[in-house]
Amino acid sequence: MGTVFSARALTKTYRMGEAEVQALRGVDLEIRPGELIVLLGPSGSGKSTLLNILGGLDTPTSGEVSFGDHDLSHASEADLTRYRREHVGFVFQFYNLIPSLTARENVALVTDIADKPMQPEEALGWVGLGERLDHFPSQLSGGEQQRVAIARAVAKRPEVLLCDEPTGALDYQTGKLVLEVIARINSELGTTSMVITHNAAIAGMADRVLRLGDGRIVAETKPEHKLSAAEISW
Amino acid sequence: MKALNRKLARDLWAMKTQVVSIALVIACGIGAFIAAFSTHDSLLSSRERYYDSARFPQVFAQVKRAPDTLVSRIRAIPGVSEVETRVVQDAQLSIEGVGPPMIARLIGVDFAHPPAMNRLTLASGRWPAPGAKNEVVVNQRFLEARHLALGTRATVLLNGKLEHLTIVGTALSPEYIYATRGGGMPDDEWFAVFWTDAEALAGAFDMQDAFNSVLLRLAHGASQPAVIDALDRLLDRYGSLGAVGREDQMSHKIVSQEIEEQRVWGTVLPVIFLAVAAFILNVVLHRQVYAQRGEIAALKALGYDDRTILRHYLGFASVIVLLGAAIGLGVGDWLGRAMTGLLSDFFHFPSFEFRVLPGVALAGTGIALVAAYGGAIAATRGVLSMRAAEGLRPPAPAQFKPLLIERLGYARLATPGQRMILRNIERKPLRAAFTVIGVAGSVAILITAAFWYDSLDYFMDVQFNKVQRANVFVGFPEPVDRGAIGDLARLPGVERAEGRRSIPVLLRAGHRSYRTALTGVGDDPQLQRVLDMELREHWPAPGGVLLTTRLAKRLDVHPGDLLEAELLEGRRVKAPLRVSGTVHEMAGMNAYMRIDDLNRLARDGPLVSSVGLLVERSREPALLERLKEIPAAAVVIVTRTLLETFRATTARNTLFFTGILTAFAATIVIGVVYNNARIQLAERAWELASLRVLGMTRGEVSLLLLGELGLEIAVAIPLGFVLGYWLAAMIVSMIIPETFEFPLVIWPRTYLFAGAVTVAAGLASALVVRNRIDNLDLVGVLKTRE
Repeated sequence: MGTVFSARALTKTYRMGEAEVQALRGVDLEIRPGELIVLLGPSGSGKSTLLNILGGLDTPTSGEVSFGDHDLSHASEADLTRYRREHVGFVFQFYNLIPSLTARENVALVTDIADKPMQPEEALGWVGLGERLDHFPSQLSGGEQQRVAIARAVAKRPEVLLCDEPTGALDYQTGKLVLEVIARINSELGTTSMVITHNAAIAGMADRVLRLGDGRIVAETKPEHKLSAAEISW
Repeated sequence: MKALNRKLARDLWAMKTQVVSIALVIACGIGAFIAAFSTHDSLLSSRERYYDSARFPQVFAQVKRAPDTLVSRIRAIPGVSEVETRVVQDAQLSIEGVGPPMIARLIGVDFAHPPAMNRLTLASGRWPAPGAKNEVVVNQRFLEARHLALGTRATVLLNGKLEHLTIVGTALSPEYIYATRGGGMPDDEWFAVFWTDAEALAGAFDMQDAFNSVLLRLAHGASQPAVIDALDRLLDRYGSLGAVGREDQMSHKIVSQEIEEQRVWGTVLPVIFLAVAAFILNVVLHRQVYAQRGEIAALKALGYDDRTILRHYLGFASVIVLLGAAIGLGVGDWLGRAMTGLLSDFFHFPSFEFRVLPGVALAGTGIALVAAYGGAIAATRGVLSMRAAEGLRPPAPAQFKPLLIERLGYARLATPGQRMILRNIERKPLRAAFTVIGVAGSVAILITAAFWYDSLDYFMDVQFNKVQRANVFVGFPEPVDRGAIGDLARLPGVERAEGRRSIPVLLRAGHRSYRTALTGVGDDPQLQRVLDMELREHWPAPGGVLLTTRLAKRLDVHPGDLLEAELLEGRRVKAPLRVSGTVHEMAGMNAYMRIDDLNRLARDGPLVSSVGLLVERSREPALLERLKEIPAAAVVIVTRTLLETFRATTARNTLFFTGILTAFAATIVIGVVYNNARIQLAERAWELASLRVLGMTRGEVSLLLLGELGLEIAVAIPLGFVLGYWLAAMIVSMIIPETFEFPLVIWPRTYLFAGAVTVAAGLASALVVRNRIDNLDLVGVLKTRE
């Protein structure tokens, strides 16, 4: 597969009551397998919208986007559901764990419906939570919850891992721990990963950095040498 | 177990209080539904079983005296399979230590060869020894109503001669499930049925080798009208009052009416109840699912398809409904047994067993499931139709507008807190409307449960204080000269006496006919008046007949139409009668004429058959003693005791139903208010916690949440009053019994009661929720989005 994602002239317009909000105003991009991409930009720049469209949670108003040879711009809801189920792992700023399920069970939510998943224990081992399998979200710290969310995302062995502000709700130390896990998944499992952040320091760990502003990609940079998560600081 | 099933189980457990409160609402609906329908069915099947096993006849006829030789000719009538003849005679009855004289119906039985029809079931004691002329069995209800013991000696006046009889047993008969001489009021204390030695009875009334009562059972497929016609022709010259089918047999008629009333009571009300419960279930589930939109979005993002998510929430609904149905089955079974127990006081069947009809239980559960699924599907669909991304986004600050009253310039009326409450309601008017409708529905149910009391009280008041103002009635088995009025009026303590003439009659209009009595009323009746529902007095016009509207409707006649009247007494005159008017009376199927017109019609002199007396209360006992000595005055009825019996039985039944329905309605109010508050709390925990962080007290924060509910309840209560009135009117209009019409009377006390129960239920749920608001985890709530 030459490219994982390719998008052309993507736009997205939301209607908020009487106002129209143009979240994307023409985005072109190509993501290659195994890349770790950091999407930077101030709030309202369209990062989350772009990530949601790439993840099959939303569809563009106009333009084309595809995952490999799957057309995502014209896919039906059922196709998008299958696409998310088979290929995409999500990590959200607020974790979005099911509060009534333990760490292991939250991961099992995904392994129950995936084709060749890891065991929930293995996935939680990956994020360093092998000891806290039977804890409920309310019994876990924010960082731990986020790592459960990451385990839940990777347990299905997705081709892409999409992280929306994964450290946004976390303190510095915990945030770094979570970034380390993401970097390790990217390098050791070869999962193409995209991380949204408005924290420019995180850009140091990327293969490529896309800066968004006002619904467009305003700059693309390639760090001269990629830092490990431990090396970055902010 | 799949993780999703685990989520289902855990969610249900975490919401157990809410789950139980919703399940209880369903349990009430299904329970009432099961109990009512099954009780109705049990009544019908018990009666059928009883009629079958006791061989209840299909045709009944009464004559003055017919010879036994006629039996073979009756048996020869095509369609007749069995004939039984007997002697039946009414007589004055007195029992030592028991108030005024009563009436005994004596039925001759050969206890050595028990009858093949109307088989008796011995309820207590023993059968009279064959040939024991002074032993009798009596209908069980008389003994119970009078609190008499077996062995009691009774004195009857047989053909002018006093006979002493000993009660040796009590029995049940399909002929006297409801024992009355006529009229719809319970007559158990005044009217006794004595089964006595046939030979002795025949001897006393000179009826050897003769009979005056005929019972027929018909062959399969026989035409009842044809048999009745043939029998009437045979019996005509023996003084027949005309043969009747079961539909005109007094006990059967009243029992059927009661069962019909049960059907309306027991089906309309529970159906409305189940509908309200289903509606509330729908709303509550809708909101429960909607409150989980974040989780639904997360599941979608993880790749769960819509169908799986929908199934998950249907599972949620199913568990609640099935839990409710299981409780409802228990409630229904218990309630059905209790209702059957109450009804068995009225319906004396030898075996009266209640059983839950499986079909009814399934139907009730099905209705609840459909309602629950409707709510769950609508809500889940609503959430699913959003792009998953929307659900994940922290909900955008909701759009608020200035309030209507603010736009109109009255903003200074409201404090910021009040404004928050009002804006919340104005922003989600539909949600507020659902709460209001749910609570109003419960208020309405409370009213329909409680208004019967008002209705009955009003009925009693009108009947006994306005229509029949006499406190003692003296009835004569054979009409007597009008002079009796004056004689009775002169008795000590009597303030006023008024006579009436009453003649059994068959009224015909075209192919319709009805058996009732023609009542002759005096010129200026004060003690027994004809009043319509609005208490306006009516009089029959000279020469015409005034009909109760129900009777006019039954005969399909209007003022000015002609009726054919056949008097069933004396010379059995047949004559046309003009309907001079109709009167919408509360009770009865009556036909009134002026007493002189009636006597002229019957070709009699100035006769009366009953006299109503207004007696000074303190001199009543002395008067009753005096009345005992007047042999011709067989029936003496003291309206006060009649009133008390009626009130006692009816009040007990009404109280029971009202109690049950009140408990149900309170459950519904709690279900609605509590669930509403919990969902609101979940949805607004963020906002409320933020306000706490900003320095608002617990009380102030609680007021924001509960104030909204309080306001909704305040709107719902008056709305519920209106709804309750409509509902009551609807139910009343569905019960059209022949004997009396429920007046739609709802007194303020009922509204007050319904309002108070609702407020109490609201307060109880608010207290529970308030407790949760007090324990809001401020830091935790602010740290994470749900």
